[in-house]
Amino acid sequence: MSLLTSLARLRALDEGIAQPIATVRHCHLAARPMVFVPLKLSGEAAAPLAAMLGTDRDRPRLLVVTQPRNRDLRFAWAAELAGVLLPYVEGFLHRTETVERRNADPYERAVDAPQIVVPNQAGVGFVRLLGRSMRFRRADGPWPVPESVPLLGRWLTYFGERAAYPGSSLMPAMTEELGRHWASGQSGLEDANLAALLAWITTGPSDDAEDPLIWPPAGPATDPGFDAEVLAPAMESGSPERVTEALRTQLEPTWGLMWQAIDLLAGLEAGAGVASRWEQDRGSFSGMAAHIAEGAPPQPRRDGAVAAAAKLARMERAQAAYDVQRAYDDPLVMAEYRLTGEAFAGEVVDTDPGNTEGEGRSRKLRPIVVIKTDDPVRLAPGASLGTPQRRGQGAELVSAGDGLVTVKITKGMGRGRTAAPGAVPEIGERVCYTSLTDEFQGSPALPDAEATPWTHGGPPQEYVPDDEDAQEEWS
Amino acid sequence: MTGSPEQVIRNVLADLPRHRGVVVDSPPGAGKSTLVVRAAAHIAATGEPLMIVAQTNEQVDDLVTRICAGHPRLTVGRLSAGGYVPPLRLLELPGVRVGTRVQDLGDPDIVIATADKWAWIGGRVWPWAIVDEAYQMRSDKLLRIAGLFERALFVGDPGQLDPFSIVDGDRWSGLSWDPLQSAVSVLLRHNPDLPVHRLPVSWRLPASAAPVVSRAFYPFTGFRSGTSEGDRRLELATGGMGTPHDRALEEAARSGWALLELPNRHTVRTDGEAVQAVALLAGRLLQRGAVASSEQGERPVTADRVAVGAAHRDQVAAIRAAGVPPEITVDTANRLQGREYDVTIVLHPLSGRRDATAFHLESGRLCVLASRHRHACVVVARAGIADLLDAHPSAEPVQLGVPVKFPDGWEANQSVLDHLSRHRV
Amino acid sequence: MSGLKREGDHAHRLEALRGTTPQQPHDARAIAALAANPGCARRALMDGAGVDKDAAARHLGFPAPFGQSPFAITRGNVFEALVKADGCAELLRMLRELLGLTVAEVAYHDVENVGAHLRHAHTRTLIDRAARDGHDAGTLYDHPLLSLEIAGHTAYLEPDVVAFQLGGRFHIVEIKSFAVIDGQADPSAVAAAARQAAVYVLALRTLLEELGHDPLKVSHDVVLVCPENFANRPVASLVDVRRQLAVLRRQLTRMTSLDRLLEELPEDLTFDLRPDEDGRPTRPVAELGDALRRTTARYAPDCLSTCDMCFFCRDEARQEGASDLLGRQVRDELGGVASVTEALGLADGTRDPAEGQEEIARLLRNAERLRGECLA
Repeated sequence: MSLLTSLARLRALDEGIAQPIATVRHCHLAARPMVFVPLKLSGEAAAPLAAMLGTDRDRPRLLVVTQPRNRDLRFAWAAELAGVLLPYVEGFLHRTETVERRNADPYERAVDAPQIVVPNQAGVGFVRLLGRSMRFRRADGPWPVPESVPLLGRWLTYFGERAAYPGSSLMPAMTEELGRHWASGQSGLEDANLAALLAWITTGPSDDAEDPLIWPPAGPATDPGFDAEVLAPAMESGSPERVTEALRTQLEPTWGLMWQAIDLLAGLEAGAGVASRWEQDRGSFSGMAAHIAEGAPPQPRRDGAVAAAAKLARMERAQAAYDVQRAYDDPLVMAEYRLTGEAFAGEVVDTDPGNTEGEGRSRKLRPIVVIKTDDPVRLAPGASLGTPQRRGQGAELVSAGDGLVTVKITKGMGRGRTAAPGAVPEIGERVCYTSLTDEFQGSPALPDAEATPWTHGGPPQEYVPDDEDAQEEWS
Repeated sequence: MTGSPEQVIRNVLADLPRHRGVVVDSPPGAGKSTLVVRAAAHIAATGEPLMIVAQTNEQVDDLVTRICAGHPRLTVGRLSAGGYVPPLRLLELPGVRVGTRVQDLGDPDIVIATADKWAWIGGRVWPWAIVDEAYQMRSDKLLRIAGLFERALFVGDPGQLDPFSIVDGDRWSGLSWDPLQSAVSVLLRHNPDLPVHRLPVSWRLPASAAPVVSRAFYPFTGFRSGTSEGDRRLELATGGMGTPHDRALEEAARSGWALLELPNRHTVRTDGEAVQAVALLAGRLLQRGAVASSEQGERPVTADRVAVGAAHRDQVAAIRAAGVPPEITVDTANRLQGREYDVTIVLHPLSGRRDATAFHLESGRLCVLASRHRHACVVVARAGIADLLDAHPSAEPVQLGVPVKFPDGWEANQSVLDHLSRHRV
Repeated sequence: MSGLKREGDHAHRLEALRGTTPQQPHDARAIAALAANPGCARRALMDGAGVDKDAAARHLGFPAPFGQSPFAITRGNVFEALVKADGCAELLRMLRELLGLTVAEVAYHDVENVGAHLRHAHTRTLIDRAARDGHDAGTLYDHPLLSLEIAGHTAYLEPDVVAFQLGGRFHIVEIKSFAVIDGQADPSAVAAAARQAAVYVLALRTLLEELGHDPLKVSHDVVLVCPENFANRPVASLVDVRRQLAVLRRQLTRMTSLDRLLEELPEDLTFDLRPDEDGRPTRPVAELGDALRRTTARYAPDCLSTCDMCFFCRDEARQEGASDLLGRQVRDELGGVASVTEALGLADGTRDPAEGQEEIARLLRNAERLRGECLA
């Protein structure tokens, strides 16, 4: 968090209403998102209690395990969940586009992808655990489950994993997304409460948001008071209806909040980089579907050495790209870099579009631009720069001081002897330059998993899910 | 495993053919590069090709220069990335060839490159490798290059900063091959029987500093100074004016340490007063014509022999802007790793802070800052760090299966602060 | 001599702070929590005096948001019973694997059988005997009762199990009902367990020392027993608690040096809840609130998960318009500016920076300018 965000929080606290920290939306919002609000049984790792889900805000589905300690009921719940989620997910597989690739075969990419929205980070964690508890199960042998259960487990694992991937919108956690766009007047810890954060954004802070009787927690953990006074007696009564109705009271308020939050985000125009990141999500989603179609085994319990390194490299690249794209897409995000001196903005006061360097054949066009700025520039001469106003362009800082910065354009101004029209900003134009650039080198290859070197434990044993995995107890 | 440094080096060389990997822990200034050069010559003498891995281009160039100076008959190939411009001193060396591909290098005795560059090389296996600064190398980098060699010597300083990532890597914690762990930790977790040697003597740190750094950052292994009290002297040619800055320099010249303490106050990171004090100290040090005498003789402390260190980049920028003589190195702890100066001036990472974060408490950060000097280290800090440490909440999460790292940042900070308080100005 | 006198004063002052409210006994969890916010004078004094913070917060109308679900409690009890069933048969199986216990026979002592009042003495005798004849076969001590001195009071502690292994090492066994899934568990839950186990390690080491044995016979590796994956089947892991031990020692030393805090308090200050015969507090709420406000809290949002007094202190921070509300990081970033209004005044230029505030004022004004420009 930067001082800019801190200032927004101070302002929010003072004015009693959250303050914007983004001018555009940085996440993709699906036309038909699947809102998923799961609850788990307290004290258990991943024993589902209930879930409210659906793509229609007026017609939520409520799935309840009326007796969570009954394994059969839990398997049945998992199958019911699969009955809702799998058709939704698979519904996106039919319409695809062919994508050409350099040095590789073309592949089919879904033109749209599923988006499962959960209330908070804990919700993502629970999805991952649900996935873990289901994906190794089998339709045969002891404790058989419907075939859809292990398949759902693989998908939930995938979505849970992908949620940790910077810039992905396949499984957004609502409080995180809201927090990226608004600064409340409370702490980051308190922002994890969906009702409290939404109150800050819409009407102003309210202690009601922390009262579980008015706003039950958004899950997956339930309110201990509710467990003791309502749920436990309902379960003891042996009436499934009573349990179902009790849980409905805990889920309905959050259901409403989730859609309210979606509307809020939809009110923001999407940033320029959102579509390309969603495209990557679509590609990733199609890759996973192909993986399943090819009959690959379920995801292993934990990453092997090579898989971990590969994933880390992808995540680091995605994080860097996400940071750069958000800054280029949104002046308010760029302002954070301007505050620390890694970017500056101002008005062009002088230009020399025909400036050249070198002689004869090595003579190169290097248009000069002088910018007047109020920003504290902390960039050294020679620093390479990019600019949101001309994305493909590269520039270099020549000198900075006394509110004037001189830069020379080094690439992306056309190949001619003079700069292409519009390539050099005009005097009076407002421009922004930053050392933050989206230039990434590919990462070098990793060995095949079978060739894992001795330093990392040597070739791993190939993972084959066994009966023990499939029969793993659900207490 | 103590003994004379020479004995340790001989043990290391003797272990090389006996094990697939050998690890050498080297505290600051303990002759790591000397060892690498010795080992390189030793392996090259067997006639078998050797690859050397370092972490930065400067480290690579430095090693090339040292190898050629010590062993002019060896041929060295310096592999580099496309945009790299080799320094002139390298091009003048007769046995060195620079190229972007292994094929361009001829068939030298030694091929040397950064870990990043090595990761792009394939199709050949070297019988031997030396991996330098192996504790600062992330294990995923080692994974990319480990297929290039059959056996290797890993050399590094376990007390410096750990490698890091911009993404959260909790998902891999506890795994023996956690990609965010250092190359050495992953290597040793899979090969616990590999010998680990320790260089026992710091040639850089003076007698005034070695025990302090050893106690705070190497509590279990320890090391000693190669020089004794009185072997190193720092003298200021011109007299002082009695200002706190001058007195701090005098204290540092006399004892090897000084703490210039500013009034207790919570400040922004780029605390103007502290930044000014650091810049003033640097300027005064040069003005007063410091002269360093040591086993290497007597020489003036010129600007290139002085460094200023801080925790954050904005602090570095602020110190620069405050008018430090331009020839003086001003940098963050991360970038000062592996460097050596006569005198260092340090802005304490906890100065002016109200709460200590894990970043500030990381023991490696303070270790780097407090162990770059041959003669003296002047620390600038606001009063109140002791209270801040005292009030620090301890709620670090614990991951199952992850060995606890020592020293604890809190304890290390406390230990250094304790020592500095005896040199307060 | 004067030291002795001061110590007496000190204990007397702490008693006066508590008044007629019964002393809140420290259990391992409470002792471990001493390190949660050591900079908070209010908490240090309440803990030092043994004031029941939960009761105080309730009485003030700011009950803490902590509660445990009956499902979680049941689950915890069922799990512990399962681990300890048949003379800790399951536990033994795991210890064999984890600690390389080779002996076939392992004795089991349930210390509870001797009756509550004798448990502590009996634990001493058993531990003494075990430490003396180290050649004995492995033994598990169930329900032992240890003690530790906290700020002049004896706290009694009940570790789940103490295991004594052949080879002369004692291991604290901690049974927790959070799951270990594929080798990993919630890091904050593990940390809490480690802090708690460190209290037992220290207590047992102290006991051995008193008995004239080597305190290091107690291993700093504690055995954490948790359900594995999604089942009830237990799995044991070793957790190194050396860091937690160091923190604990520091905090216990601090507890004995509350003098400085006590000296600053008015003579007649008390946190007494004045309980009636049924234990219900009768002290006027406003009076108690005022008394507490005489001490300085160091509120941070982290308190919301660690301190019973959190809502009271948060409310106070709100009244004061303190930037602490926004979290430690924001507070730190603002340099010395503690109040929200002050920070905003500096940002929009309506307030002139005081001495030493020039830089934060410049930064805030710059941030304000940028926000204004981008949101225009």
